[in-house]
Amino acid sequence: MTVVLDPTSELRPKTRERVARPESLNGLTVGLLDISKPRSDVFLNRVEEKLTGLGASVKRYRKPTFTKPAPVDLRHEIAVSCDAVIEALAD
Amino acid sequence: MCHSWRVPDPDAAPLPDGLVAVVKKDCPTCVLVAPVLATIAERVGVTVITQDDPDFPQSADWVVHDADLALSWHNRIEAVPTLLRVDDGAEADRTVGWSRKAWQELTGLSGLGTGLPQHRPGCGSLSVDPNLSDELAVRFSGSALKSRRIELASSEDDIEAMFDRGFSDGMPVVPPTEARVLRMLEGTSRPLGDIVAVVPPDLVECTVEKAAVNAVMAGCRPEYLPVVLSALEAACTDEFNMHGLLATTMPVGPVLIVNGPIRHEINMNSGGNLLGQGNRANNTIGRALQLAVRNVGGGRPGGVDRATQGSPSKIGLCFAEDEEGSAFDTFAESRGFDRSASTVTLFPGEGPRVMFDQKSRSPESLTKHFAEMLLAGISPRMAMLMETVIVMSPEHMGRYRDAGWDRARFLAELEALLMVDGDDIVAGAGGIEEGMPALLAGRRVPKFPPGGIHVVHGGSRAGLFSSAIAGWIGGTAGSVTVTKEITR
Repeated sequence: MTVVLDPTSELRPKTRERVARPESLNGLTVGLLDISKPRSDVFLNRVEEKLTGLGASVKRYRKPTFTKPAPVDLRHEIAVSCDAVIEALAD
Repeated sequence: MCHSWRVPDPDAAPLPDGLVAVVKKDCPTCVLVAPVLATIAERVGVTVITQDDPDFPQSADWVVHDADLALSWHNRIEAVPTLLRVDDGAEADRTVGWSRKAWQELTGLSGLGTGLPQHRPGCGSLSVDPNLSDELAVRFSGSALKSRRIELASSEDDIEAMFDRGFSDGMPVVPPTEARVLRMLEGTSRPLGDIVAVVPPDLVECTVEKAAVNAVMAGCRPEYLPVVLSALEAACTDEFNMHGLLATTMPVGPVLIVNGPIRHEINMNSGGNLLGQGNRANNTIGRALQLAVRNVGGGRPGGVDRATQGSPSKIGLCFAEDEEGSAFDTFAESRGFDRSASTVTLFPGEGPRVMFDQKSRSPESLTKHFAEMLLAGISPRMAMLMETVIVMSPEHMGRYRDAGWDRARFLAELEALLMVDGDDIVAGAGGIEEGMPALLAGRRVPKFPPGGIHVVHGGSRAGLFSSAIAGWIGGTAGSVTVTKEITR
């Protein structure tokens, strides 16, 4: 993994800005990020059903632990594969 | 002791008092002197610091393994074996390689290594191994870098990632890794936390480190950094008014002109194609300044940069003067600096425009023709508002050399030819609505304000083409040309 130094004034957060919220999910790919809390799969399975019903295709992801932010590689994979993402909590 | 942030710091890895030897097993001279070290250990004591094999020259309580090379790096060990004497925590003496005489003098012992040759050079220290030097610099100095770290995903292309995050001016930039930034900082003696300038438009304090990050991205070599720092300082003065230059709808930017010995030290081009592509220093120094304005200052096209059309010169226009081939004093001398000083001048200007003259053989003819061409700068109807740079080619300069003209004579003759009739340039004259205020009617006015013609010599030996670089609004209402001496 390459680490670079921020060339900017650092007045803005380093994460890139979110894309605009889509008008409709029809035909879009939606990522579901399981944050590894217990029973999150139960919740996300239901969300997937709903989304599929709205015409979206769904990709499932899981981060290694809910205690830490998602690893940069996982975030990048979601960013390049999906049009939208839902990060889900369950307990 | 005063030390800059990245210089090895013996206090960070102190050597023990007494005799100290630094060795590695992968060095024939170290192997050769192993018995001598054992003798010294036995007779007066020695601490042997081994870089590779922890059991070399032998397993003993006086052998210390410098596993992370901190002792070697901080104490600037460049070759092994190095023998030192440390008194009260401070290095008192050192000798490099094997020399019976030097070792005997340093230890005060006689009869050392009697079976060995008198002299034997050593090998490079692992702490200066080119394969390790970047890693070690990051290990021991990386924490001094204060910039926020940005992790790129391993499936991301590093160059594309720079575009994606908005750091680029439209061309690929070099990803500013810690190792590259540390290497860049070797180019200056200034501490990395020093504030170089307050950069518009966001008026952000730019440290030496941030400037170095942007210089890495622009493709600069470390030895260019002093020019970048001085240029950034000059750009952000109130006189130069970088904010205005950025915000204007005119196609202008900072034009950098370098004079003095540093031109040769960093291999700048003052000859053929000096205003074009092909030379790394010319093409990256101006770009580094523009990237700092973009990234640190927040000045971006479409944001505060409101240029209607812009100009390729806004990517970064920087060149050096051919001082040696000129018949005039140097441009820096004309700006009040000594020829021995290295300087960078920032001129608020457009891209260069050719001044063609292949037939003039006398200085009078050529000067008249230059005047005609210069009158068109910005618009033939504009006067006293903007300055100009003339980049005079060697063949054109030859006309003045042959006639014995110096800068003062040239400027006096040229300025006399650059007086225009107010009647011709006031708004409405000749049916053209654009023009100067009516109060200039009936008066003779100079095209350029006093001192507003800057002559720089450069180009290849052949070719009867010079260039004019037109300016932006001059004086206190706009931007004033600024020259700074370059400090290393």
